[in-house]
Amino acid sequence: MTHPSDTGTAPVLALEDVSKSFGAVRALRNVSLELYAGEVHALAGENGAGKSTLIKTLAGVHRPDAGRVLLAGEPVVFHGPGDARDAGIAVIYQEPTLFPDLSIAENIFMGRQPKRALGRIDHKATHAATLALMKRLGVELDPDRPASGLSIADQQIVEIAKALSFDARVLIMDEPTAALTGSEVARLFGVVRTLRDQGAAVLFISHRLEEIFQICRRVTTLRDGAWIASEPLDGMTEDDLVRRMVGRDLDELYPKQDVTPGDVALSVRRLTREGVFTDISFDVRRGEIVGLAGLVGAGRTEVARAVFGVDRWDAGEVEVDGKQLTSGAPSTAMAAGLALVPEDRRAQGLVMDMSIERNIGLTGLRTTVRAGLMDRGAERSRSLDWAVKLQVKYARIADTVSTLSGGNQQKVVLAKWLATGPRVLIVDEPTRGIDVGTKAEVHRLLSQLAADGVAVLMISSDLPEILGMADRVLVMHEGRLTAEIPRSEATEETVMAAATGRAAA
Amino acid sequence: MTVTTPHETTVAGVPKSSGTRLADRVFKMRELAILVVFLVMIAVTEAGNSQFLSEQGIKDLLLNATILVLVATGQSLVVITRNVDLSVGSTLGITAFAAGTYLQGGGNPVLAIVFAILLGIGCGLVNGLLVSLGQVPALVVTLGTLYIIRGADSIWVGSRQITAADLPGGFVDFGSGGISAVPWLALIALAVLVVVAYYLKQFGSGRELYALGSNPEAARLAGIPVRKRILAAYTVCGGLAGLAGAMYLARFGNVDSSTGNGYELTVVSAVVVGGVVFTGGSGSVYGAALGALLLTSINSVLPALGVSSVWVLAINGVLLLLAIAVDRVVAVRVATALKKKSALRKGTAATSGPAASLPQQDNSPSDPSGAEKGNTHA
Repeated sequence: MTHPSDTGTAPVLALEDVSKSFGAVRALRNVSLELYAGEVHALAGENGAGKSTLIKTLAGVHRPDAGRVLLAGEPVVFHGPGDARDAGIAVIYQEPTLFPDLSIAENIFMGRQPKRALGRIDHKATHAATLALMKRLGVELDPDRPASGLSIADQQIVEIAKALSFDARVLIMDEPTAALTGSEVARLFGVVRTLRDQGAAVLFISHRLEEIFQICRRVTTLRDGAWIASEPLDGMTEDDLVRRMVGRDLDELYPKQDVTPGDVALSVRRLTREGVFTDISFDVRRGEIVGLAGLVGAGRTEVARAVFGVDRWDAGEVEVDGKQLTSGAPSTAMAAGLALVPEDRRAQGLVMDMSIERNIGLTGLRTTVRAGLMDRGAERSRSLDWAVKLQVKYARIADTVSTLSGGNQQKVVLAKWLATGPRVLIVDEPTRGIDVGTKAEVHRLLSQLAADGVAVLMISSDLPEILGMADRVLVMHEGRLTAEIPRSEATEETVMAAATGRAAA
Repeated sequence: MTVTTPHETTVAGVPKSSGTRLADRVFKMRELAILVVFLVMIAVTEAGNSQFLSEQGIKDLLLNATILVLVATGQSLVVITRNVDLSVGSTLGITAFAAGTYLQGGGNPVLAIVFAILLGIGCGLVNGLLVSLGQVPALVVTLGTLYIIRGADSIWVGSRQITAADLPGGFVDFGSGGISAVPWLALIALAVLVVVAYYLKQFGSGRELYALGSNPEAARLAGIPVRKRILAAYTVCGGLAGLAGAMYLARFGNVDSSTGNGYELTVVSAVVVGGVVFTGGSGSVYGAALGALLLTSINSVLPALGVSSVWVLAINGVLLLLAIAVDRVVAVRVATALKKKSALRKGTAATSGPAASLPQQDNSPSDPSGAEKGNTHA
């Protein structure tokens, strides 16, 4: 099979020397990209490399400051998302953009419903067309059920059906697999292959490098808004790709320092929350990183929330440095030196519309007070201090957190909690949705904290991360601790066996 | 080259699925519930006071509801888009007085109504432009226009007053006349209601109002002309408030600078009691009309039962809270039911997915276990 780019046909969609700036930030600089029919093309780059801007340019949301968008070789200007859609470009965003109150059929055909006489909607035809689409995709979704309550995977199927419904020639998928389980990813890839074989061009974005190698044929890499390379993936290794994205050889991804554990800092005894988790006991010592592994829904986050006091527990004890905590009281937990970096940074970790400075300052409201009033100067210097320490990339410290990339947002959450000088740090999925470069930085930071004597409890679904970073691995299965594995014995097999409940505790 | 269109494969006669019935039931149930409450209330009142459902009694019930139904219909359009128009009371007041002034000078009644509608449309346009272009919360914008329109009204009207004696006799008769127990005004409101409901259900732009109320960002990405639609909703809402102003004049014949004061809150109550969700995207104008009928009927029911009318406001408030509570409970129930359905479906869908049947020709290790994994997750 010869590759379409060899046959001399024009690419379905291309960018030519496109630049785009937002104020002083140059999001894209002279970027070129060619998408051919019948290929799955990867777009790689760290958070903040300009991938989102590029997608939005193709989708007609942004208009380039310089350069051209070419559709089948002809220059075009998209005045809005509608124009791009009419040109056959469909975008499936990271967070599906459905109308929860409307039916699946209406979601798919919104704005383009089949019509009867006098411009009235032909509801019957809409329903039938939706059924036909579902059949083509090989899924069973009821066209008339409302979109609210659909799983993320099913929402993506609806988005793909939408793309099919208007003969999309180009399908752009922005991290479609981020929230999917293994079998859902397999189903999605099946659909993507079908579309590719039917002649669609697919632009695929993922932070999971193995997925890029699994489904894509060529890759375009961006770094800091600049085009780095467009090349076939054949013969490349993951390390090659990472080097292109990061621009240097990545120092070790898991820079674990060897430490001798000190005294017990966090002690959890027979902790139970009815119907959620049962009889959880473990210790975390100073200088130790303890990994908490398990399948999604095993109750790991719930244990962390209870320990920190966000949720109540029904039985058991939690001690920090020998001091007992009360159930359901985060303020006493904080006073005792406990910090929790939550799983969902957008909803729980940050106030998105507040500045970086004030977000970091939130945990210090008690300490940066003078005569009962906030000392803004102290807050600022404390925040600046931590932002610099963690190398947060920002324009001004007074910018809202929502302007930062995901990795930098995560650093702000970390800064916010590290600023409290915690003795025990609980981090829940610290590197989810973060690019490799920042991931390594976060790992180095955790490792350094542990070396400085902080007790770290790290919840993660990323098995290599657990194996690479943890001194000990605790494994949960269906609300119970099923294993405690020392670093030397922890392998993917031993951890997965305990996580799926196959091993004896 | 391109992916084939679904239209070629259109199948006729699709069986109604269980999801349809579930969704339909929920929506109809909401309107049915108000209707039942209304009918029970009327029945109880009739049992306690047999004069209540006389021809004149029914006529009064309908007349009282008419004006609120008109304004609530317009308000529903705006609320469905996740906005609100608080200036409808002021609009009603100024249009009523404007129509009255014109008629006082010997104007044509039909032109007076048209004139009121046009003035209402003007007010709606201002609201719509401010909300859609200014990207400012509708609550604040229309609170501002509420005061501006009311202020302009006060300056213009001063202490003047229009009474039925100033109006042409035909216009006043039209305001109270009808076919036996059904007033002309109620017929007009019904016609407006049916047209708007049909539009919302059968036309693309009508569905788009729901879409942009349901998820504004997604609506923008779907290429829906968001600003145009919001502008249209406000314009129609203003126009209907204008029509209601003219109807008010015909019904009561008595208009001054305080006419319609505080009316916006009654309208919003009616809309919400009628099941139009305040956060947009859901509800129907029929529901809103039933809500209006229910609220206005309480005004007649209490005196007929010998209860002091000081209770009316408190009861309206209780109804409002009840309606919201019911919506919340129903929403949670439906969400749980839908999740359960999804979980049941997963077991069968995973095995018939395309991943299982497609040839795998990438340089990747294929994943033949995908289908079985689906079952363990379900």
